[in-house]
Amino acid sequence: MEKKIRVLIAKPGLNGHDRGAKIVARGLAEEGMEVIYAGLWNTPEQIVETAIQEDVDVIGLSILSGAHDVLVPEVLKILKEKGVDNVIVIVGGTIPLEDVKLLKDYGVKEVFLPGTTIPEIAKFIRQIVHKTE
Amino acid sequence: MSLEDCNSWQKLLKQARVYRVIVLWKALSTYNKHLIIMNSVGDTVLKQIELERRERERAKKGLERKNRFETLSGIEIKCFYKPEDIKNLNYEKDLGDPGHYPFTRGIYETMYRGRLWTIRMFSGFGSPRETNSRWKDLIAHGETGLSCAFDYPTLLGYDSDDPLARGEVGRCGVSVSCIKDMEELWNGIPIGRITVNYTINTPAIYILACHFALAEAQGYPLAEVSGTTQNDMLKEFIGQKSYRFPPEPHVNIVIDIIKFCVKNTPKWHPISVSGYHIREAGATPVQELAWTIANGITYIEKCLEAGLNVDDVAPIFSFFFACGDNFFEEIAKFRAARRIWAKIMRERFNAKKSSSLILRFHTQTAGHTLTYQYPELNIVRVAIQALAAVLGGTQSLHTNSFDEAICVPTEKAARIATLTQRVIAHETGVADVIDPLGGSYYVEWLTNEIENRAWSEIEKIERMGGVIECIKSGYFLVEIAKSANEYRRKIEGGEIEKVGVNILQPAELKYDFKPLKIPLELEYERRKLLSEFRKSRDLQKVNYVLDKLRRAAEKNDFLFPVVLEAVKSKATIGEVMHVFEEVYGRYREPTIF
Repeated sequence: MEKKIRVLIAKPGLNGHDRGAKIVARGLAEEGMEVIYAGLWNTPEQIVETAIQEDVDVIGLSILSGAHDVLVPEVLKILKEKGVDNVIVIVGGTIPLEDVKLLKDYGVKEVFLPGTTIPEIAKFIRQIVHKTE
Repeated sequence: MSLEDCNSWQKLLKQARVYRVIVLWKALSTYNKHLIIMNSVGDTVLKQIELERRERERAKKGLERKNRFETLSGIEIKCFYKPEDIKNLNYEKDLGDPGHYPFTRGIYETMYRGRLWTIRMFSGFGSPRETNSRWKDLIAHGETGLSCAFDYPTLLGYDSDDPLARGEVGRCGVSVSCIKDMEELWNGIPIGRITVNYTINTPAIYILACHFALAEAQGYPLAEVSGTTQNDMLKEFIGQKSYRFPPEPHVNIVIDIIKFCVKNTPKWHPISVSGYHIREAGATPVQELAWTIANGITYIEKCLEAGLNVDDVAPIFSFFFACGDNFFEEIAKFRAARRIWAKIMRERFNAKKSSSLILRFHTQTAGHTLTYQYPELNIVRVAIQALAAVLGGTQSLHTNSFDEAICVPTEKAARIATLTQRVIAHETGVADVIDPLGGSYYVEWLTNEIENRAWSEIEKIERMGGVIECIKSGYFLVEIAKSANEYRRKIEGGEIEKVGVNILQPAELKYDFKPLKIPLELEYERRKLLSEFRKSRDLQKVNYVLDKLRRAAEKNDFLFPVVLEAVKSKATIGEVMHVFEEVYGRYREPTIF
């Protein structure tokens, strides 16, 4: 049997709007992925640590507070420092188009904006993960 | 009638009585022996009847767009309503004139003919200075009351130089760490004359103490200061998620604040029991209503336990609801809310004053309904939602800005949102007649339906041990996850239609405004200012008051006066909240999604 894709969904920072994060966590689980939901108030360090411990293929970060331009690059930086190069990072939230490019330049694989469906996210993850394997 | 006839009648009657007894006996014995079978057979029969009824309706409809029409709470609705749908409605008992029990039609006799609702725009970003100038701009564009949005570090009670605050300072609200920040926020605005709503919960005690200290320093007597602190911690565990301690100590602080206000600031609403965040987290309108009322009941009970009198407390309670996409459902929800609360206050808590029975509420158009696609269309959505709030009898209203699915409101978007309320108020005539939809077969039926469903949900929560138990058991999280997921499925499946999202999608995502961006430099500047502020204080004095606060918290003493002292001694928000966290500990919710 094919190995299940493992996804860590986390909310970095102090923002408590967890509706989107939980919806994506549940949706991806329904799509057959192994989902770890890290809950609220994660520091970038904690997120990377959990990702390593749980041996995930994907980190999904949900931010709605405008702090994405600080917290997302930090997660990517720490991943690099720890030598983790087989984990892809995706982001979701209220993010202006101008910042989508910025985040991708930092190394984010995709930014999912409001209105994205679960099958779209799942399809993207499968394509990327199966390609890297 | 002949004698013979008479005899045969008696015989028949006797037989009938015997037959009745047999039937009853049979039914009882079957009931006893085959309870489970009976139930399942009964259920199957009922299901079959329901299915057949639906089938018939569907066949009859044939040409209708959907197989099932329902509200966002999942209430199935018919194609039209008529007198028999509300045949038990009693005007005096169920509606009453505006300003009269059970206040279904409105809480005041004159409503908007006397005074329009307060145009209260939730606003705040960046530094206190920037928010101050936005507030002044909004006042110049027709705003009549202020509402303060704080950034996440402030909402959780962290100083702007706390390591956990990085990236979040001033980003989605104003950053406030000390009394000096509050002074800047209010610079040039008469703090004692305009009402303000502080959307603040975990550190509400600190922010309110700052406000009172500032008003006093500017020469306004506390008895005259008017406004609202949200200060509703129960809904934080259900919706907004900016709690830090376990529910019990948080609720104790809520009651502490209420206690101070009852005695010292009769014009201040110390609590705004909020459904808005519950709804935004994914709850249906019925869940929003029921859980908010259940939270309200919990607070009233805690106030009574603390020795307060119901007629001192209830008149300063206020509420806060969302107004979403389903126009009539929202209006019915507001009407049902007033009726339920009036009944609870009179029948359950024996409140005597009329002002104790009324549910006064603020409304915000629902943020989750805004779309990233065609953002300008949000102006239309917001206008329709605002109209529903007005037809539902709101006391104050915030209208969302069209760019909020993308960024913190830009100045232009915030102005349009504010002026939208002015169009409704001055151009449409809807403010001239109170509760104009009262008596509509549909609206009255829906009001009843929502009320009934809310009552059963409230009873269910009480059977499970009350709100705090349900928070700890994860009940609300499970139910919200279910509702939010259901909404998501219906959007993906097309049962709920959103223009630009699942119908009539744009070819590409774009917008022609420049999103408001809070520069990161602000965070560095805020850290610098706070460090200067720390240097300006008498540290011994600060430590003395913080120690005093710790002892008061440990002994469950009255906290507000000590926090007031701490604020005046220049203790920061982070220092005060840190003391509380040391005493009360940290809370984390069960992992449920």
